[in-house]
Amino acid sequence: MIVGIPQSGAFRWTYRAYVTLFFIYLALPLITVCVFAFNDSVFPSLPWEGFTWAWFFGTEAPYIGVFHERPILRSIVTSAIVAFWVSVLSVIVGTTNAFLFVRYEFRGKGLLYILMLLPLIIPGIILGISILVFSSTVANTLEDATGLWFDGLRPGLILVVLGQFSFITTFATLVISARLQKFDPSLEEAALNLGATPWGAVRAVTLPFLYPAMAAAGVVAVLMSFENFNTTLMLVGSDAPLTITMFDRLKLGSTPVLNAVSLLLMVASAVLGLASLLLQKRRE
Amino acid sequence: MGTDRTRLGFWLLIAPLAVWLLALIVLPHVGMFLVSLRERVGVREYETSLANYAVFFNEPLYWNTFARTAYMSISATALTLLIGFPIAYYIAKLTRGRTKTTLFLMCLIPFWVSELVRTFGWMILLRETGIFSGLLQYLGLVGGPVEMLYNDAAIMTGLVYTSMLFMVVPLVTTLDSLDDSLIEAGYDLGASGFAILREIVIPHAMPGIVSGCIVVFMLSLGNYLTPILLGGKDSLWFTGLIYDQFITRFNWELGSAFGFLLLGLSSLIVFLGLKLSGQSLGKTMAQT
Repeated sequence: MIVGIPQSGAFRWTYRAYVTLFFIYLALPLITVCVFAFNDSVFPSLPWEGFTWAWFFGTEAPYIGVFHERPILRSIVTSAIVAFWVSVLSVIVGTTNAFLFVRYEFRGKGLLYILMLLPLIIPGIILGISILVFSSTVANTLEDATGLWFDGLRPGLILVVLGQFSFITTFATLVISARLQKFDPSLEEAALNLGATPWGAVRAVTLPFLYPAMAAAGVVAVLMSFENFNTTLMLVGSDAPLTITMFDRLKLGSTPVLNAVSLLLMVASAVLGLASLLLQKRRE
Repeated sequence: MGTDRTRLGFWLLIAPLAVWLLALIVLPHVGMFLVSLRERVGVREYETSLANYAVFFNEPLYWNTFARTAYMSISATALTLLIGFPIAYYIAKLTRGRTKTTLFLMCLIPFWVSELVRTFGWMILLRETGIFSGLLQYLGLVGGPVEMLYNDAAIMTGLVYTSMLFMVVPLVTTLDSLDDSLIEAGYDLGASGFAILREIVIPHAMPGIVSGCIVVFMLSLGNYLTPILLGGKDSLWFTGLIYDQFITRFNWELGSAFGFLLLGLSSLIVFLGLKLSGQSLGKTMAQT
């Protein structure tokens, strides 16, 4: 608080009212989504018809709840598989990148670092279509040359994983590099003096130091992968992840089952978000 | 440590980076550029030409949509800054300790939820049978249901909402580093509140303003969900055109050209923003 500054009461109250309004504005859409998950009506809109759990546990059409809605359950599983692979791949590559950028000096390092940051400023849709065009070209060339089929390079889950990996790795690299920069190299030297091999020293001393950052990067990767829409949209095949399924439903107009899914997603992200916050706290 | 061994380590570490950047970033973009220069002259027959770019400039719908997307994104950025700045100032300068952390975290919470869910929330609020329409009828301000979805104002509301975090966070960070005594000195010397804002606060917050604006502009320009869902069929957003060319019409040549134009505009803005503020890409991104 800045002391000793003359401010009229009216001004202070207007300011506070504005800030309050702002937070109401931030919360309103989310609260609305949650509340309408319990509306006993087939449309997620007014009028309010009473409270129900049907959109979670219902089994009779049209009241089919999330836990009995096959397509949605299947797309949650698809999203989880994609998120798992994206997270594993981006943490591994993020860690090797961190070691490279923090530990080594080499020609072209600045240029490579900028290239590494580029995925952040490329719109997701463009990232998606460029990977789509490239992989299809490669697949066509290979198929013409060998006469075999290369389905992995056609729109589908492999491309979705690669597309999300292509920009989430940048975040993982930044998070893990920041931690590695704080590492005291003399600890590793001590391990070497005590007879450890270089790889042994890294594994026994440096990697454990990096674990919290790697875990935080993994959590962020899972969240970003689950939420990603733009890149996924261009690369998706027949197995749609959750955001795509929800988008298709939204366009057509859907029952409040979508509200129920959204509510579950919020709870899950909140839990994961808190976990990553706690991890970061322990890091400090 | 032997030199050979460090050199081996270096190659092992640079390999994943090289594969990632080459196979997923550099080559796909080069490939997309080459495809955009291809003109289909027969079945599986192509010639190199600028025909796809010519189509863009000769078809008013295309470049109008492009200009509209750019214009709407600039407006959304300006609006986000106007709404977000007082909030950031309040959090950074007028609160302390626990309140400050709480307010700051409250700004972040909506963004742990996917953009789809946020947009869905706005759809429920704005639609004809939605909350706002119902509230207005309940208050007797309007006679019948009002449709507030599927217009530019709805798109704008959604874009500003979705981008807010990326404006508030860098603003809070830069305003936090402004020394309170500078503001007090301004008052002691008899400056008005407005003069202090213009001469002290805004110049100090400039790096944050620039990086916030760059990110918000980029996100709005590349947004697909919000314009399509809140703007309806006639939203006329450039990413929508790209999607149509690729998925609906299967005209990858034209779609690639569109993609390149969008990428060009987005990069140009980032470049200009960084030049104007004299910041580096790494620093700007580290703030968000």
